[in-house]
Amino acid sequence: MAQVAHGDPALRRVIDEDRELDGLDEQGLIDIYRSMVLLRTYDERSLVYHRQGRIGTYAIFWNHEAMQAGSVHALADEDWIFPSYRESAIGLLRGMPPATVLHWWRGHPAGWWNPADYNVASICVPIATHVPHAAGLAWGKKLKGERSCALVYFGDGATSEGAFHEGANFAAVMRAPLVLFCNNNQWAISTPLEAQTRAAALADKAVGYGMPGVRVDGGDVLAVYEATREAVDRARAGEGPTFIEALTYRAAPHATADDPRAYIDLERVEQEKKNECLGRYERYLRRLGVLPDDLEAQIKADALDAMRRGIAEAEAEPDPDPELLFDTAYADPPPNLREGWE
Amino acid sequence: MTERLLVEAVNDALHVELERDPSVIVMGEDVGRAGGVFRATAGLRERFGPDRCVDTPLAEAGILGTAVGLCMAGWRPVCEMQYDAFSYPCLDQLITHVGRYRWRTGGAMEFPITVRMPYGGGVRAPELHDDSPETYYVHTPGIKVAIPSTPADAKGLLAAAIRDPDPVVILEPKLIYRTERGDVPDGDYVVPLGKARIAREGGDVTLVAYGAMVPLCLRVADELDGLRPSVSCEVLDLRSLKPLDEESLLASAAKTGRVVVVQEAPRTAGFGAEIAAILAEKAMLDLRGPVLRVTGFDVPYPYWKLEDAYMPSVERVSRAVRELLAF
Repeated sequence: MAQVAHGDPALRRVIDEDRELDGLDEQGLIDIYRSMVLLRTYDERSLVYHRQGRIGTYAIFWNHEAMQAGSVHALADEDWIFPSYRESAIGLLRGMPPATVLHWWRGHPAGWWNPADYNVASICVPIATHVPHAAGLAWGKKLKGERSCALVYFGDGATSEGAFHEGANFAAVMRAPLVLFCNNNQWAISTPLEAQTRAAALADKAVGYGMPGVRVDGGDVLAVYEATREAVDRARAGEGPTFIEALTYRAAPHATADDPRAYIDLERVEQEKKNECLGRYERYLRRLGVLPDDLEAQIKADALDAMRRGIAEAEAEPDPDPELLFDTAYADPPPNLREGWE
Repeated sequence: MTERLLVEAVNDALHVELERDPSVIVMGEDVGRAGGVFRATAGLRERFGPDRCVDTPLAEAGILGTAVGLCMAGWRPVCEMQYDAFSYPCLDQLITHVGRYRWRTGGAMEFPITVRMPYGGGVRAPELHDDSPETYYVHTPGIKVAIPSTPADAKGLLAAAIRDPDPVVILEPKLIYRTERGDVPDGDYVVPLGKARIAREGGDVTLVAYGAMVPLCLRVADELDGLRPSVSCEVLDLRSLKPLDEESLLASAAKTGRVVVVQEAPRTAGFGAEIAAILAEKAMLDLRGPVLRVTGFDVPYPYWKLEDAYMPSVERVSRAVRELLAF
């Protein structure tokens, strides 16, 4: 039986405890910082682009960067990532051009990518239905004797879905090398966590699957990194999946089409903004003395430059050829596919 | 050539395909230790091991959902849904992902999933063991659908589905799993998707059918042939609903000028309606009367004391033929 770490109510923290992690040198710390800045810049610019009418509806992930960057940095390149729409830009951390993700939000098929190019699955729009995909990929890699594992992101609301349950259970039964990463921002659009579950902690759900469940401070990038690294080690050792609950609070609207003032605790949002994850990590790095001002400025300028080039590239892309309608749904299309077209 | 029952031909196809392609994996509820509730997967676990014929948790959406991930890892999954109506939980995965994922990757990644399931009524079974859900599958973009009615086609179409680069749903008519017996080619045998079969030649009326409705239509044709004056029915076994062999359909309609479509599924927006629409668009001038449908009804499939009243029968099909001849 898998060892179940039940009843660990304390959130794992690294930054606030000023701990230093083994196996993460100065370069490693800065690499994580660079990823967080890239994600933050992507998100903040996307909101601007949306307001300027340059991209469509956009799912904001402001203050989720610690969960995304911390977990990806604990993976090897051969490991697969299964994003929900909240992690739409996660491919940037695997070398995907910003223009590709911007195309996706511009509704342009140039936003398609081959998952095998980055080991990043397509963005999953419906909730939790990609959890079984990640379980299947991880199980399939294990069956082939490969060492890759998989990580799947989903939110607190997703834990109410049947697909989450089926995927988690499959992964556990098959002892698939999978990390189930729940970014618990305590809101599913307007539905608060207490209306989603009676569980004291989402991590407790892991017990029912016979896998460990751990809770981390989702605003602490190093706590996320450490917990994910342990889960990946377990996966590679053949010990099966781990459920990570990263706890945070949604400090931005669900998406550009949402006005949370109708339902959210605005004081709590303000408090959350003051303690947002990027600033917390910057203060930690400065305490360690590894983030001089000029380096910080350079990293931020690089990210901004990448986004400027990305949006320019996306906007320069011609409209798609209407023939693309028919080109990709089937490898071997039925003969009547184009009926009514000509 | 070996004489086999329809369900034995399915089993033969799985043995051949698992043998010839090491990336093929059979998965489903009770497919391994038990060999399937209809014995369609009997012997596979013993021959190929528990990793190639996998007893899964009881979760249809999980079966199809993990199959998507298995494809990404280079596998070619063959998923069994234990019964027609138990496949409904997997519709979520089928519609939201299986039919769309290739498109979503710009055609870069293939999802060669086969979903096979026993389907259809007439077997005196409990509720939700009798449905004909083909329309849901045919209507889903990115999905192909085939339905055999003979042992040889059961083998050949399943082999074609497994080798196809696109997701294919195979509906196996359980009513005739153990009543249809016939010669089946040994070893490699493929019946290409998208080719209909003339099950019986005739000149007066075309009966269009698939699955267990094909032997029913052959009985109708026998009976009407014996009348004086006799009526000559052509029976067209579609075999593949998507892709559909329109050419064979239109040729037979042109030949007889009269078409009756027979399906077990409920009437409204069933596959028979699609056949009627195609004939209205493309064969109007060949037809001597309206396209008639003999179908199930728009009610839940009944408890079995009532199922004979629901299922298309020799009488109902014969009546439609006579009505059409009198038009």
